[in-house]
Amino acid sequence: MSAARNARGSIRSTGATGLTAVPAAVEILVEGETVTGRAGQTIAGVLLGSGRVAWRGAQHGERGVFCGIGVCHDCLVTVNDVEGVRACQREAVDGDRVEREVRE
Amino acid sequence: MTRVAILGAGPAGLAAAEAALAAGAQVTVLDEGARPGGQFWRHRPGLTDPRMQHGVRRFEQLQSALAGAEVHSGAAVWSVEPGEPGEPGEVGGAVVLRAAVGPADGARREAVVVEADALVIATGAHDLALPIPGWTLPGVTTAGAAQALAKRDGVSVGRRTLVAGAGPFLLPVAQSLALVGSTVVGVHEASRIGALAGGWLPKPWQLLGKAGELAQYAGALARHRIPYRVGSGVVRVLGDERVEGAVVAQLDADWRPRPGTERVIECDAVALGHGFVPRLEAAIMLGCEVAGDRRGRFVVVDDGQRTTRPQVFAAGEVTGIGGADAALAEGAIAGYRAAGVAQDDQRLHAALRVRDRMRRFARRLETAHGIRPGWTAWLDDDTIVCRCEAVAKRAIVERAEVPLRAMRLATRAGLGPCQARTCGRAVEAIVSEARASAAGVAAAGETVDGSSSSAQGGDVGFDRRPLLAPVRLGELGGSDRPTNGEN
Ligand SMILES: Cc1cc2nc3c(=O)[nH]c(=O)nc-3n(C[C@H](O)[C@H](O)[C@H](O)COP(=O)(O)OP(=O)(O)OC[C@H]3O[C@@H](n4cnc5c(N)ncnc54)[C@H](O)[C@@H]3O)c2cc1C
Ligand code: FES
Repeated sequence: MSAARNARGSIRSTGATGLTAVPAAVEILVEGETVTGRAGQTIAGVLLGSGRVAWRGAQHGERGVFCGIGVCHDCLVTVNDVEGVRACQREAVDGDRVEREVRE
Repeated sequence: MTRVAILGAGPAGLAAAEAALAAGAQVTVLDEGARPGGQFWRHRPGLTDPRMQHGVRRFEQLQSALAGAEVHSGAAVWSVEPGEPGEPGEVGGAVVLRAAVGPADGARREAVVVEADALVIATGAHDLALPIPGWTLPGVTTAGAAQALAKRDGVSVGRRTLVAGAGPFLLPVAQSLALVGSTVVGVHEASRIGALAGGWLPKPWQLLGKAGELAQYAGALARHRIPYRVGSGVVRVLGDERVEGAVVAQLDADWRPRPGTERVIECDAVALGHGFVPRLEAAIMLGCEVAGDRRGRFVVVDDGQRTTRPQVFAAGEVTGIGGADAALAEGAIAGYRAAGVAQDDQRLHAALRVRDRMRRFARRLETAHGIRPGWTAWLDDDTIVCRCEAVAKRAIVERAEVPLRAMRLATRAGLGPCQARTCGRAVEAIVSEARASAAGVAAAGETVDGSSSSAQGGDVGFDRRPLLAPVRLGELGGSDRPTNGEN
């Protein structure tokens, strides 16, 4: 992640992963904490990349991603004060404020 | 000029657009995804590993063809209706589509209305993951989610992932997980050698036609030392706040766990894919005939991909699960036909041949990997079946005798935000099994509330939905709270 941040948009060969370009970083605020992802990732991608697996309260424990393609609504978050945004469908934009939701 | 609207920009929709444009139509493509490609093409140069993406050259061709079309990405199409006949001397639209266009689930998306003389429904499918005790724990995803997160976001949910379910799709998922750095602790295919041999050969990658691609996945499994087990499945997911392990067991030919064969595998993620469910709601909203049985319901099409509604065509996974090559061929046929090209026109020949071959492939796929009714034996009475509303199996069985709609209202199964997309097929199976055992007969192949027959607005189980995609009431002309059309 930090490599991506240092090399915003520059081209580099990493061989091991087959990636040739290091994408620019994207920074979002998750419950007030700055989280860095890679430009183009969904909010779910950024959250998972930061080590989080669950971010929504439900009746029997927490939920995170389940279907990954906008079908199940497990991954809902509040983004910039708008409720009910599917984290797996919304691309992260610099400065997005992401908050958890609870649905029991 | 014929105006052709295309709903869905996966392989089927893109091939339809290319064909309709080649035939001289005026084409509008709508897809809720941030960019065209559907479930198949989602590679991001520089962000994700190119080894996960097949058919990149074909995608580039399709994309350059799109330059001639009006393309709405980020377009959640929430309604399709038959259009009004036009004023005298004016062409009336056969269909009208309404979409909210903008960032996914945004509050102030643009309202877009598209009128067209013909429509191609290419809405694809989503994963079918059967309920399993513990499957609501964070770390359990569908196989498609694991694939999408790897291909689109370059991430995996866990460090040690168990892949389980049925069908050749589990193989690319395992490969992608390995490429994004997760250890794959095993691929567990529920079908047994007998079924696989009946469907094709003992190993799915020995299948003719698909041989190249599947052999490559087999090579990847070997390279990453990923164990592949047949007649085996996850019967319980373990963990407190997230996945800590999974119980796998041998499954018999009907997918019933064999007592005494359970074993615990340590892992922090489980990717489940027991099959796919077509996204039928647009076709149902227009009144297209949908047919099938408990093993699958699809949009009924003729040889030219025409549905039972005039000027409405369907292509890709909504008409049968056959993979991206089938979707491309069907899309091309639908695109030409929607643009007014005759069925015997030679431009259709190649696509017709591929489609017919792929339909045979799809039949073998279903024979070998289709869901078997014994899976319900791995459920406990208190296993959550409907994830949205936390409805347990017991509640569904207790009301199995009442009509499906009343059962839903009483239990709330399938009434949450996903509108039964996730649990619908499982609930139907549990209801039909409970009814059959109450009636003292073995569950035959019929669906609940109907039969194995087709239906025009009749037996569509849980697949009728008042809105095709989530929109906010404000976008329908009210406040801006999200809605799914019910409640
Ligand atoms: C999560 C997932 C991942 C997959 N990954 C692979 C893979 O890596 N390799 C592989 O070979 N196969 C994969 N598949 C199988 C895949 O479905 C087919 O191979 C292929 O993509 C089918 O093409 P299609 O055009 O029929 O549908 P799709 O590719 O599914 O395209 C349908 C499109 O319709 C759009 N749509 C549906 N409803 C609406 C609406 N109301 N409004 C707007 N747009 C709408 C969707 O956004 C989607 O883009 C995957 C399937 C799933 C569910
Ligand atoms: S994970 Fe299913 S909607 Fe986002």
